[in-house]
Amino acid sequence: MTEPQLSPSSLGRRGFLLGGGALSVAALAACTSNSKDDAASTANVAVAAGDNAAKGKQVTIGFSAPAADHGWIAAIANNAKAQAAQYEDVTFEPVNPTNDIAQQIAAVETLINKKVSVIVMLPNDGKQLTATALKATAAGIPVINLDRIFDTPLAYRTWIGGDNYGMGVSAGNYVGATLKAKGVASPIIGEIAGIDSLPLTQQRSQGFKDALKTFGFSVGPRQAADFTAAGGQRVAANLLQAAPKLDALWNHDDDQGIGVLAAIKQAGRDEFFMVGGAGSANAMRDIKADNTVLKATVTYSPSMASSAISLARLVAQAKGMSDLVEKEVPSSITLSSATITKANVDTYLPLGFES
Amino acid sequence: MDSSVGRNLGLVGVLVILCIIGVATADTFATRSNVLTILTSSSVIGVITVGATFVIIGGGIDLSVGKVMALASVWATTAQTQSYGPWVMVLCAVLVGMGCGLVNGVLIAYGRVVPFIATLAMLITAQGLAERISRKQSQIVTQQAINDIATRRWFGVPVLVYIFAAVVVVGWIVLNRTTFGRRTFAIGGNAEAARLAGVNVQRHTAALYVVSGLCAGIAAIMIASLTTTGSSTHGTLYELDAIAAVIIGGTLLTGGRGTLVGSILGVLVFTTITNLFVLNNLATEVQNIAKGVIIVAAVLFQSRAQRTSSVT
Repeated sequence: MTEPQLSPSSLGRRGFLLGGGALSVAALAACTSNSKDDAASTANVAVAAGDNAAKGKQVTIGFSAPAADHGWIAAIANNAKAQAAQYEDVTFEPVNPTNDIAQQIAAVETLINKKVSVIVMLPNDGKQLTATALKATAAGIPVINLDRIFDTPLAYRTWIGGDNYGMGVSAGNYVGATLKAKGVASPIIGEIAGIDSLPLTQQRSQGFKDALKTFGFSVGPRQAADFTAAGGQRVAANLLQAAPKLDALWNHDDDQGIGVLAAIKQAGRDEFFMVGGAGSANAMRDIKADNTVLKATVTYSPSMASSAISLARLVAQAKGMSDLVEKEVPSSITLSSATITKANVDTYLPLGFES
Repeated sequence: MDSSVGRNLGLVGVLVILCIIGVATADTFATRSNVLTILTSSSVIGVITVGATFVIIGGGIDLSVGKVMALASVWATTAQTQSYGPWVMVLCAVLVGMGCGLVNGVLIAYGRVVPFIATLAMLITAQGLAERISRKQSQIVTQQAINDIATRRWFGVPVLVYIFAAVVVVGWIVLNRTTFGRRTFAIGGNAEAARLAGVNVQRHTAALYVVSGLCAGIAAIMIASLTTTGSSTHGTLYELDAIAAVIIGGTLLTGGRGTLVGSILGVLVFTTITNLFVLNNLATEVQNIAKGVIIVAAVLFQSRAQRTSSVT
């Protein structure tokens, strides 16, 4: 016999192997459940108020965003959906989220063909989706550009997004003010950035540097990670070795911050304070508990998606923002990056997103 | 045996040069805590590399290790699994790893799917499944016993490093002192000859992928402890890091020859480079350039050393 594996004895063994495998799979299947709160219940929604709350013309809001690869993007989609559900006069029409430019273009084109009233779009890449947004605009569909900006203002009716430079400034101001208050003369300030090649990372770092300069401080050890917990752990573990003594540390992103905090605990270091970025619920809980080096975080809140849906509705219904004198929705809204500390964490906790 | 020792000496040389550069450029390089940081950073990828060494010596390739680790880390850290306690989490991670390895092995050995394709398919599937289960969120490890693996120290050394060492020692014994190891070399060298010599090539090949999956499962618990999360983002491109370490460690990509010690030295070289660059506050892209240059330099150096050693 040249094929010994076909003999009855090894068939039996294989049967055993497969049976065992099936049992393990059954046992494991019980382990995949995540009994977390329903996504919608943790989303940020604004309750409509004033004249604009009144039921208006029925509108359809098309929505396109990248596929969620981390907590922040997941929160964007959840928030948009939850906000749309707040309005009786809104039909929410999301397209399949994707990280592929060509697929996002195709998806937005289906929205144009369906003649939705307004499109809310967080492009994978602002430059690459500008032409599609122009096409929608030409077809008479206003585009609300969420966060990643298009190449030309002609492509959007309103842009709403976060302020990466401002986020760095907020972090730098908090670090600078805290160290000044402590009376530290020449502090060692570390920085763990996100992905260095992204313009948003460069803007955040520039803001941090500029704000520190106003206090006469500068950034010491600086390394880029990759927005993941594992990357944060790896970079932080090594950076802590590079700086035997630190006074402050700014980490750009709360998702990678989980790994950064783990590395700090593993190294047994606590002589400095840390500031986070983005404003995840997890980071806020740590700030509230006040039992780690994480003392503050600066926001880049995915609640902007909820606001974008509100704006889209107002644009489609030709209403303005009731607190402003203007009859129209403004063409550009830059969100301010708030600094969350133990003192105000309770106000912001409902806006925190699960990482 | 002699030539493999020679090859390892070459890598030790590279490591020594890196250490000299480290001591010369960063005053904290030679401290105890920095050496432990290098070892801890090496531990997760090191355990994966042990499995990869077995598969590559056996003439195969496993591209799925990084994402199988991610899947195992996610599966082991769901709210449900964590509610059963740390041992179930460990068991879960190991079973998921071995299960994926078994699927790889059966497809390759019995289904005659090319290893490159089978494990690439597993990489993609495991990634998708990990994202699905975790809902693309980082799952925080709440079981303190798991987090303790990275924080607790025995005689000043993190438990994580002991696990790494144990996996390497067991791997070395299995590879060099057992029939299983000898058969691995035999199959990688010449599968047909091994079959004629009475080795059940198919079963052994399948077993090699299970070993690789087992290592990914162990690594999953280690990374969950190190980062205090289970996440579908773990292990991205680890397969390439592991393969690079195995290759600069002197293992033939075609199989049949290689050393585990070389692979581990390869891992240490890479983690030491990362450490050196961070200590000197240099940017990430420079690190990548240096790593690429070192891979090519190490392989050139080895093939030269091999040629001279075969002449003598």
